[in-house]
Amino acid sequence: MYRLRAKERVVKAMYRDDIVALSTPPGESGVGIVRMSGPDVIQKAAQIFQPYNPETDITKKAGYTLTLGWILDAHGEAVDEVLLTVMRAPRSYTGEDVVEINCHGGLLPIERCLQRCMDAGARIAEPGEFTRRAFLNGRLSLDQAEAVIDIIRARSDRGLKLAMQQLQGKLSEYLEKLEERLIYANALVEASIDFPDEVGDPDYEELRQVLQESQESVERFLAAGERGELYRQGIKLAICGKPNVGKSSLLNLLIGKDKAIVTDIPGTTRDVIDEIITIRGIPVQIMDTAGIRETEDLVEKIGVRRSRETIEQADVVIFLLDVSTGITEEDREIYASIDQERLIVLVNKEDLEDKEISAQELEENFGLLRVIRGSVKEETGLDELEQCIEAMVLEKSGSDEGMEIMTTLRQKEALLRSRDFIVSALQSLEQVPLECLSVDIHGAVEALGEITGKSFHEEVLDRIFQEFCIGK
Amino acid sequence: MIYEAGKYDVIVIGAGHAGCEAALAAARMGVQTLLITLNIDTIALMPCNPSIGGPAKAQLVREIDALGGEMGIMIDKANIQIRMINTAKGPAVQALRAQIDKKEYQKEMTKTLLDQENLDLLMGEAVAVETDDRGVSAIITRTGARFECGAVVITSGTYLQGRIIIGDVVYDGGPGNQYPATELSQSLKKLGLSMGRFKTGTPPRIDRKSVDFSKMIEQPGDEEPYCFSFMSDPPDREQLSCWLTHSTTETHAIVRANLDRAPMFTGVIQGKGPRYCPSFEDKVVHFANRDAHQLFIEPEGRDTDEMYIQGLNTSLPEDVQVQVLYSIPGLENVKMIRTGYAIEYDYVVPSQLKPSLECMKVEGLFTAGQINGTSGYEEAAAQGLIAGINAALKVKGQPPFTLLRSESYIGVLIDDLITKELHEPYRLLTSRAEYRLLLRQDNADLRLTEKGREIGLVSDERWNRFLAKKSKIEALRNTLQQLTVTPADDTISKFLRARKSAPIRDRISLWELLRRPEVKIENFVELDYIDQYEKEILDQVEIQAKYEGYINKQREQVQRFEKLENKPIPEDINYQDVYGLSSEAKQNLQEIRPVSIGQASRIGGVSPADISVLLIYLEKKRRNYEHEYGN
Repeated sequence: MYRLRAKERVVKAMYRDDIVALSTPPGESGVGIVRMSGPDVIQKAAQIFQPYNPETDITKKAGYTLTLGWILDAHGEAVDEVLLTVMRAPRSYTGEDVVEINCHGGLLPIERCLQRCMDAGARIAEPGEFTRRAFLNGRLSLDQAEAVIDIIRARSDRGLKLAMQQLQGKLSEYLEKLEERLIYANALVEASIDFPDEVGDPDYEELRQVLQESQESVERFLAAGERGELYRQGIKLAICGKPNVGKSSLLNLLIGKDKAIVTDIPGTTRDVIDEIITIRGIPVQIMDTAGIRETEDLVEKIGVRRSRETIEQADVVIFLLDVSTGITEEDREIYASIDQERLIVLVNKEDLEDKEISAQELEENFGLLRVIRGSVKEETGLDELEQCIEAMVLEKSGSDEGMEIMTTLRQKEALLRSRDFIVSALQSLEQVPLECLSVDIHGAVEALGEITGKSFHEEVLDRIFQEFCIGK
Repeated sequence: MIYEAGKYDVIVIGAGHAGCEAALAAARMGVQTLLITLNIDTIALMPCNPSIGGPAKAQLVREIDALGGEMGIMIDKANIQIRMINTAKGPAVQALRAQIDKKEYQKEMTKTLLDQENLDLLMGEAVAVETDDRGVSAIITRTGARFECGAVVITSGTYLQGRIIIGDVVYDGGPGNQYPATELSQSLKKLGLSMGRFKTGTPPRIDRKSVDFSKMIEQPGDEEPYCFSFMSDPPDREQLSCWLTHSTTETHAIVRANLDRAPMFTGVIQGKGPRYCPSFEDKVVHFANRDAHQLFIEPEGRDTDEMYIQGLNTSLPEDVQVQVLYSIPGLENVKMIRTGYAIEYDYVVPSQLKPSLECMKVEGLFTAGQINGTSGYEEAAAQGLIAGINAALKVKGQPPFTLLRSESYIGVLIDDLITKELHEPYRLLTSRAEYRLLLRQDNADLRLTEKGREIGLVSDERWNRFLAKKSKIEALRNTLQQLTVTPADDTISKFLRARKSAPIRDRISLWELLRRPEVKIENFVELDYIDQYEKEILDQVEIQAKYEGYINKQREQVQRFEKLENKPIPEDINYQDVYGLSSEAKQNLQEIRPVSIGQASRIGGVSPADISVLLIYLEKKRRNYEHEYGN
């Protein structure tokens, strides 16, 4: 007779781990909710969250309460200002303890916030997992069950399709190479363990070489993934320069040119408005535009502190010069305060006839920086500027080898785990018995399997029989 | 004419390594048992290699022993050489391997069977299994005897429709020119079981007196006398050596020149053979760049001159086999005693079995050993033991006995067999076990003897021995964890200096100190910190201390694993009713009928999304049930 022990929520006991996901669609808006669910999520949230009021302890908060504060990075610096909601089991969507983090700071902070939850030990949820838990914990009714299945099927099938598409690209050869190397390393070890008479001890030099190649391969993947991430997450751009140099005009020009895909998201707890545009396919968040929009002498007064912060966070900073005034002491001061690697100098108002900034002057003051001449008013130099931004961004994320992949956080997590196993294997090579080494090498293979969806157990065996003459 | 010959609780068909374990287990559990075999003179025959053990296989034997099975005790009585291999590769993969006196082994096992209470032996050929509406009801022999029974265990090895192949010579036969079983296969097909065909092979045997050992490398046994059984004490007996030689380019040329007469390549052999045990001609073809392959010359027994050539299994024509032998260093003048051959046989597709090894289609019918598509004496014995236990439990009306992948190699073996698609004869390997570090041969008793006791297979003597060992291990562990040393302790400081080990900085327990690779547990005995214990106690505790980190890591993995294993799927589930499963998953689940969510997740074509769907379906059913019948 079918019966799970009644009254006992057997299924509930299965979910001992904490999951996290972005619960708003990524990429389209600057606000987002990061949701965690599981037995330990409130503790986890407490590790990465600093309430405004230092006396507040979110682990003691009642269900359905809001707390204002910051998500902190690993060094204790604020990643984003957020509103945090605590919901206690069983009164939550999933029926477990749930923490929702409302981020305001745009795409990057949302992703970072997600990353911080993972740092605290939550794992990325599977497709439909929140809903599945909700159902299994009795929070959804029976007639909703089918809807849940549709969600799971739709999302995971789509995910699979995307993954397959990705694997069919140029990329597949890199991935295959990596797979091949790791499986070979695994086979070297396992063959020696299971067939000691025929295979003997593994050649450690060969093993080291194979593992090193695998590590390089994983690193390349991660780097390529970061480039892909750039296209997904975008960069931050700041505009600076002395008053009246044309900052707002440049901003309006950039936005106006791209109006169709501009999103205006008024922050709910702050006065800043961020503009997100795309430049050559790269999402660009223009920072602290509120400040620029204020009257220019106000900017002067609100002062240095605020623009400093903005500039420090930016990936690219456009520094505007005014041809009509020439290079002033003020320009030099601003210039001195900015990290040169991120800087593009835009010499504005080239349309004015009395040019006062010569190439020699620029070189004397700014060395070999990227310098563009143009006119915001006449809309000249804009193409050059965009090209320059793109080049800087791509250069920063490593050279382009034709590898352009969008790694999801889950894939990145698996790749990192695989790399850690490989590194650990390399460190313990010849230090530990073969079977302990195998724990690491097999771990690396299995982590990779999470990306490709393959189970490599059989493939390792296939490789042993193919490579070694086994059999007595 | 059929006559009524009697009534038994359990009937075991076949007295090979699976059948012997099955019959002994059932009888020891107190049910009336009959063991039928084609030939009483070939009980526990070893028709292939004269050795037992090696990686994964030794662990199996230790598990069989820990549960109260017989194989380990037999090996200890009948071995002529014993070695511990893989010693440098870690405690979990090191493995005992014994060379066996084949005749001695048969003699000891036959005696054990005859002495066993509740067990009858009968020579005969089972030709049919009868069923009624409750499942298995009787078996019938070729000579017309009809035995009623509650359960049947078929352990027919490679005898079902056995066919021997030597070059172009092909004839019906079981291993070693035994009589094949020609009718039982048909009877099983009639019961609805789906059958497949596999191939395996064995090398020629030669006369010791014609071998020139001066051209070979001697392989003696270990000085230290090891035992397979937790019940045996190290024997004092002379060990015989094996010898290592190799094939030559001349050998390979002979093989290549005769491939047109090799049944492996001419299409005569249809059955699929094992990759881990390829024929010699296969090796020559697939590893064409190699000039030599290792060959081990092993004695078949203490009182015989017959020797086995490990590595030379072949179905080449007899005249070619002789030429091949002459081309091998040391065998230039050899006399061949038996010809190598390939054998094809029927097997039952094992995905039709439950974890208890009972057929899903026929209640009370169990299969074990090579009939399930495995190879190896050890794999056979392990399945025989489990099938015998479950046949006895079945007639007693008790729930089946099964083991998880996380607690034993037996669990890995059976789960693989019933869950995965089989493409070749199955051999157990340590790399098939996910939790290898936990499944060591040294702790098989700690893992399984309590379970063996519960089902009634562990004798009082074994039980008391086990309890004594366990309490000593506990005591030693406690001592090591409680005893601490400080930098001021001269004895330890001197000792560490002598070992070139870093000095200690703070108070540290001996347990922690033992984690250092250069510190051995014997050192603590020598330094008088702890008492002298038996070697197996010292070894056990040392392994627990030295590998604690890795072991704990695997324990955590096991906890996650077991959550899904302990989530049952009802037997009567109809996968056609489960909305949202992919069609491939539906088909495979319907066929394999997993007992738990964990097993379901290991079936090919079943994705994580399918598992979610299944979980939701089960929860829905549970709620419907609660709704209907209350809590």
